Amino acid sequence: MDLKTNLLTRSLWVFHLSAASCNNCDIEILDLLTPRHDVERFGIVLTGSIRHADVLLITGIVNRKNVARVKRLYEQAAKPILVVAVGTCACSGNIFRTGYQFAGPLDKIIPVDAYIPGCPPKPEAMIDGIVKLIGKLKGK
Amino acid sequence: MDIFRFLIFPGFVFAGLVGLTATWVDRKVTARLQWRMGPPFLQPFYDIGKLLTKEVTIPGSADRTTFVLAPMAGLAAAGLVAAILGMSISENFSFTGDLIVVIYLLTIPSLMMMLGGFASGNILAQVGSSREMKLILSYELPFLLAIAAIIFKNGSSLRLNELLAFQRLNGMAIGSISGLLSFLAIILSVQAKLGLPPFDISEAETELMAGPLLEYSGLLLAFFRFTKALLFYSLPLLIVILFFGGISFSGWHILTGILKYAGVLFLLVVIKNTNPRVRVDQAMNFFWKRVAPLALAGLIFALAGL
Repeated sequence: MDLKTNLLTRSLWVFHLSAASCNNCDIEILDLLTPRHDVERFGIVLTGSIRHADVLLITGIVNRKNVARVKRLYEQAAKPILVVAVGTCACSGNIFRTGYQFAGPLDKIIPVDAYIPGCPPKPEAMIDGIVKLIGKLKGK
Repeated sequence: MDIFRFLIFPGFVFAGLVGLTATWVDRKVTARLQWRMGPPFLQPFYDIGKLLTKEVTIPGSADRTTFVLAPMAGLAAAGLVAAILGMSISENFSFTGDLIVVIYLLTIPSLMMMLGGFASGNILAQVGSSREMKLILSYELPFLLAIAAIIFKNGSSLRLNELLAFQRLNGMAIGSISGLLSFLAIILSVQAKLGLPPFDISEAETELMAGPLLEYSGLLLAFFRFTKALLFYSLPLLIVILFFGGISFSGWHILTGILKYAGVLFLLVVIKNTNPRVRVDQAMNFFWKRVAPLALAGLIFALAGL
């Protein structure tokens, strides 16, 4: 594992995009920053700007209205950028997959590095997902 | 040899290491005050290292030259301040008016952050920059008044080593009424200079995301982070030099010196964690109507010899 990957896995800055989600996943994501789970222990912090981010965290279905924004955010990000789909909506579309406004599951639009299913996923599941993502980066 | 002193010890690299450690202290104490574990000791170093390996994006709407040069100029100014302050305590180096040079150079990082924000062409970054400008207008006056009071209190000299020598003979400047009042004024100004809450108006995470730094990424963002770390070293050190008689490098005295620096840093972090962000008009009112008269009172006491 080279130094670049090592540094990246130790300091993941997360940009959180709520693409038309019902906000349950978003609340669970904020749980990760509370004293009980505190992901700053691993150097994970939320950033406000996509330019600062290493991880693009997407919740909710991507619909025809925001598909252009999702693509644009992915292009604006400083590479390397990792994409994590949080919740069943982002992973597969959940109950909205047959809806007229559904613009396809997230991985048809931009490459996705990790899927964390659940409606909403528990904070422990999300930490597990991030651990698996780091393992993937390290080539394990 | 001069290159070594400016770039390695006690200049740029040493100050950067201490400054990054200080930002870790800031994050760790913040976390402990919120009943969290907080980041590991090397976290600021990982962050800077990672930013150095990231891609640098320059928005199409940006003014390229200013956008790229602003972080470098800010970093250079902050590094020079750190070197001057470091040398004044470690080897008693000084020249006439070095305090004035330090005061001038300390405004440049904020100024460059502002310029970078304006040059990025992002509307939110520009709002952040204009707030930064208003903040500079509000905190500079009490900052200068407090320093003026200390100059008059410590034998009317503009040389850092003479201010230190005067305090060595006559006790720390904070031990007098004027010193105490000026200390209160300068600690609030430094809080705003560092962009810490309650004066993080320009970065305003909740509505401006990252303020002037919004469009910066990779190396250029790392420059800004490192500039912030250098200021985390220089500004508490300036307070220690002006109010607490500096840091002596002989034997056990270095421990009391580190305690002084850590005490000032801890005070800044506690103020940061116990106050919510104020609006920019509230900050201006606060600095012009509350802190500036306080610093002025300090100056008058100093002129009266108290």
